[in-house]
Amino acid sequence: MWIIYTLNGLYFAALLFLISLGLNIILGVMGILNLAHGSLYAIGAFIAAWIIITLGTQVPPFFLYVSLLSGLVGVGIVGFLMEKSLIRFMYKRTLEYQLLLTFGALMLLEDVIKMIWGGQAYYASAPFELLGKVDIFGNVYPAYFLFVMFIALIAGLLIWLFMSKTKLGIMLRAISLDREMATGLGLDITGLSTFAFVLGAGLAGLAGALVVPTTPALLGFGHEPLIFGFIVVVVGGLGSLKGALVGSLLVGFTRSFGIAVFPEIELPLLFLIAGIILVVKPEGLFGR
Amino acid sequence: MGLTGMVKNPRWIVYSLIFIALLFIPRILSIHDLMLFEYGITFAIVGLGFNLLLGYTGLLSFGHGAYFAAGAYTIAMISKYFPQAYSLEILIPAALFFSMVLSIIFGFVCVRHTKIFFSILALSLSMLLFALLFKLYHITGGSDGLRVPLPTLLGMSFKGIRRPEFLSGTYYYFLLGMFSVSFLVMKGIVSSPFGKALQAIRDNEVRAELIGIRVRRYRLYAFVISGMFVGLGGALWTFVNGHVTADLSHWVFSGEIVYMTLLGGFGIFEGPIVGAIIFTYLKLYAMGNTQYWMFVIGGTLIVLVLLLPNGIAGAFAGLWTKIKKVIEET
Repeated sequence: MWIIYTLNGLYFAALLFLISLGLNIILGVMGILNLAHGSLYAIGAFIAAWIIITLGTQVPPFFLYVSLLSGLVGVGIVGFLMEKSLIRFMYKRTLEYQLLLTFGALMLLEDVIKMIWGGQAYYASAPFELLGKVDIFGNVYPAYFLFVMFIALIAGLLIWLFMSKTKLGIMLRAISLDREMATGLGLDITGLSTFAFVLGAGLAGLAGALVVPTTPALLGFGHEPLIFGFIVVVVGGLGSLKGALVGSLLVGFTRSFGIAVFPEIELPLLFLIAGIILVVKPEGLFGR
Repeated sequence: MGLTGMVKNPRWIVYSLIFIALLFIPRILSIHDLMLFEYGITFAIVGLGFNLLLGYTGLLSFGHGAYFAAGAYTIAMISKYFPQAYSLEILIPAALFFSMVLSIIFGFVCVRHTKIFFSILALSLSMLLFALLFKLYHITGGSDGLRVPLPTLLGMSFKGIRRPEFLSGTYYYFLLGMFSVSFLVMKGIVSSPFGKALQAIRDNEVRAELIGIRVRRYRLYAFVISGMFVGLGGALWTFVNGHVTADLSHWVFSGEIVYMTLLGGFGIFEGPIVGAIIFTYLKLYAMGNTQYWMFVIGGTLIVLVLLLPNGIAGAFAGLWTKIKKVIEET
């Protein structure tokens, strides 16, 4: 059984990693905590579910898996529109206004989801069922969960390579280190900020799309992942990519073993651990 | 400020006039509107407390729903487990006590940080309480919540009286009394040396530290006082609503507290009161007229942030200063 719990922990961690990576990129580059991040995740889930249901069973399975990318692209576009219309006015404003604006955007997007997809649940389990189950040391485990871990791993590696090796990534890191100095060096702050927001939003959308084959998309789909994302960001340290990875693993395993051992208090337990870490190390594990 | 000073200051004349007008509200409003107004008053107390932290100390908490829930659940728990103590003169101090205990524990962790880290930490801690209230359903009722009966007051029993009658009679005046006391106490706090010290911390932390203000301790005091006011608001709200759920500690509810404070304007003492009452009506109006009420509320918030950052009271105050200037010039 412990192998299953470990794998489940890794699976939770993989999803959380995608969510908190997006939160952290937006937070690091723009200094804005995006309270609407959970809604972006939910939009990704709805877009993917809708496309998978529309495609049905006629198409070759390969296309179903490619269609999961629609979450990334679709929410990237939503993120682009959101940044251009709202977020860009917030860079020079104080914290209260930044948070309240994204809070307003959260309420707006929740109802936009309701307007477009209505109140019913969207089931899109085809990609989950097609992969079947695999045998791991005598335990039967759904192969789709392994697929999600693989995708998160690839995404993480790509982001890491992008941030450390490409010029664009280095420019983004420069902005997150010192916005004023980066402006002074002539970096295109406006364009780069838009790019960072689109990237962060897209990652949330991808996470949503990856989840939807396992659980139906419902209203309020993004509430819980957002809170877990916050815990990861707080525990790992604000704006740190390494922190996002370690924080996701910590939260993922706590959750998976918590559900196994203390199913009633799994969530409070998680907050308790996060609280203890913060009392001991106030800036988070990898905070600056 | 002495009594003579209060009489000379036109502000206090306006306050007294408003208070007298408020005494007659139950005769003017219908029972439905009066209930809404009572929701508004409880949130006004919440807003006063919340603004001590946001407007005067410069800390934005996205988790004050936790202290609201602490006040509300104190009432619900006492009614469930100690029904013999279910009397307002015991309930209100108990609610103040438990919201104080909770805000000391949470505040101790939170005030080690400022800015965004403070906000997100306050949020996470309120979600800890939410998770407990939600999961321990055999004690707290979980997502169904708990029903709250009518309390007694100084030996007066309200048995056989329906909730609307209770709310439009005794309880309204009790609520008004609690609000007036909260208003005066908070006014005293913000104009005391302690209140000035908080404002100094808000404006320049380093300078405040250098002139000998113990920054972190003062922040904790502000946090606890603000938590107690919010807890009091939560307790009073419970009797109006008659029902408590775990959602009170959810961060979205905390967001609504921030929203109403900004709506009124957090730069002005009276701002949150105006915001609380307008928000109550705005939310109910939106909920009654469209199923997309969150769209309306969220859209209003965005417009507010972009165009009216000082809130409604702030906009009026700005307008008033301009008018005064024009009058003086001519």
